[in-house]
Amino acid sequence: MALLVATRVKHYFGGLCAVADFNLELQSGELVGVIGPNGAGKTTIFNLITGVYRASEGSIRLRDIELVGKTPHQITALRVGRTFQNIRLFRDLSVLDNVRIAHYAQVRYSPLEALLHLGRYRREEERIIENSRRLLSIFKLEHLAGETAKNLPYGSQRRLEIARALAIDPELLLLDEPAAGMNPNEIDQLMEFIQWIRREFQLTILLIEHQMKLVMGICERIKVLDFGETLAEGPPEAIQNDPKVLEAYLGEGPVG
Amino acid sequence: MKTIGNVGWEWLMAQRWLLPVLIAIGFVLAFAIPEYNLLNKYVQLVMMYVGINIILTVSLNLVNGYMGEFSLAHAGFMAVGAYTAALLTQKVLPVAAYPGLFPLAVLAGGLMAALLGLIVAVPSFKVRGDYLAIITLAFLMIVKSVIENIDYIGGPRGIPGIKRLTTLPWVFFWTVVSIWVVRNFVYSKYGRGVLSIREDEIASDLMSVNTRRVKFLAFMVSSFFAGIAGALFAHLLQFISPRVFDIIKTTDVLIMVYLGGIASIAGSIIGATVYTVLLELLRPSTVAAMLGWLPAVVFDPLNEYFIRHLGVWRMVIMPLALVLVMIFAPRGIMGLREFRWFIPRRDLDAHRRPTVHGGSHGAARSH
Repeated sequence: MALLVATRVKHYFGGLCAVADFNLELQSGELVGVIGPNGAGKTTIFNLITGVYRASEGSIRLRDIELVGKTPHQITALRVGRTFQNIRLFRDLSVLDNVRIAHYAQVRYSPLEALLHLGRYRREEERIIENSRRLLSIFKLEHLAGETAKNLPYGSQRRLEIARALAIDPELLLLDEPAAGMNPNEIDQLMEFIQWIRREFQLTILLIEHQMKLVMGICERIKVLDFGETLAEGPPEAIQNDPKVLEAYLGEGPVG
Repeated sequence: MKTIGNVGWEWLMAQRWLLPVLIAIGFVLAFAIPEYNLLNKYVQLVMMYVGINIILTVSLNLVNGYMGEFSLAHAGFMAVGAYTAALLTQKVLPVAAYPGLFPLAVLAGGLMAALLGLIVAVPSFKVRGDYLAIITLAFLMIVKSVIENIDYIGGPRGIPGIKRLTTLPWVFFWTVVSIWVVRNFVYSKYGRGVLSIREDEIASDLMSVNTRRVKFLAFMVSSFFAGIAGALFAHLLQFISPRVFDIIKTTDVLIMVYLGGIASIAGSIIGATVYTVLLELLRPSTVAAMLGWLPAVVFDPLNEYFIRHLGVWRMVIMPLALVLVMIFAPRGIMGLREFRWFIPRRDLDAHRRPTVHGGSHGAARSH
């Protein structure tokens, strides 16, 4: 069954068409990459899926639930996690709190129980602390639980962002340029890591990436966007040799 | 390098049982001081103002410090609480016969303010920063002019002759309750939601935080305690008018919040106490009382000088002190820091590094 189906999605910023006609069918368990030149509308698509923007036209359905019109936190609570192109951690908060905050929708106690620290408060708090620390230990960040997020080195911040996204307990994980700012060696590690979390957390992953090595290496299917339109779609080998893709990336004219 | 002072302080903060003991001693003193006149009436009055100001500061810190908004409406919520409670004790509740009804009036003041807090929360869904500040300022002006235009509640003349029902034990009680409730709120999923809104509202929403609900709650709790403080204030001052709750009242609380430090309960307590007490210490009469032991030859000219000048300079010295604090400690005395006494033990433990011998990390790896 398709987990996520986007049909004829359009989005305008004022008069500017950012996404012209976006269609996507994401099967449960797939790992799909979205590539395209800068300004192709890749991040906009993530923002449309997660409800940061409301699609001007079209429909985005997750397990047959319409996402267009829902707020980000409602969509997130439907088990959609994401990371950001530019790291957006809660910089002045502790590493642990960054992960704990993402449990918001899963914590079951009322405002009154919170104000009085009574009822389900204690049990729920203990549960999310335990789960947060488990996530941190998976990402080798547990010893930094009390550290302020902004003090972490870049690589650790990237890992913390993924840990935070996983705290949502997502079924669908959206990774926005996870390899940004990484050297080839780190990219190799990241590729292994993405495949590992995919198995371990049984995730469906949609990722945006500029690093061809990563996209071609781990994605089962690639979607190429340009000016908000799908230029090509298919397995990595087909995309690599697609003349339209080469044209968009390298320019017109006879190649080689 | 840890100094001996630091070690001592850490030891003190680790003695968590001291906090309930201190609260219990505080309660005993709050009853004993007025009963046996252990301190003079003026000092008792200042103590009550300190308590009321702590309630105001802790509650405003929730919105301005923890949530990172800039609300100017606090005096408005205070006015709503003050008027609600004063009208109840003046015209509805037979407090003369049953003084035990006073807490009901105070509670009603808090609830009424909380209700208005909900209304102010609505614009905060869309508007942030300076623009929200303007909206809260507008709210404050509306509250003031509505009160001025209702003759039944005295209009611009206000309500004179309010019974003096606020006592030291009541102020102490509400101070403890406000600190406890705000602390509980901060160390809950809603409180962490408040912090994440300050850090990055969009990321917060994308991490499943229901930001609207969190803002509603934060404004409600904040305005509830502003209303409580207003009710206590009215029954201490015994006279309220719209002019008492103008923008100056809000700025007083703002100063206490930023002096003590944002996003800190300890900071709120310190800020409110330091500001209130220092302003009182700078009064000529207080200085005279403190220097009373000096021989008359020295004292008389000094006293005359202070009476003539200190009253004028009081409002310069204090803001100047504030400027210095802001320069040398831009986040206030305790900004973003907290006494460990106020942090739930569970939170402290959760932030600790895993030790080699214990902790869930070590246990998980041994499997």
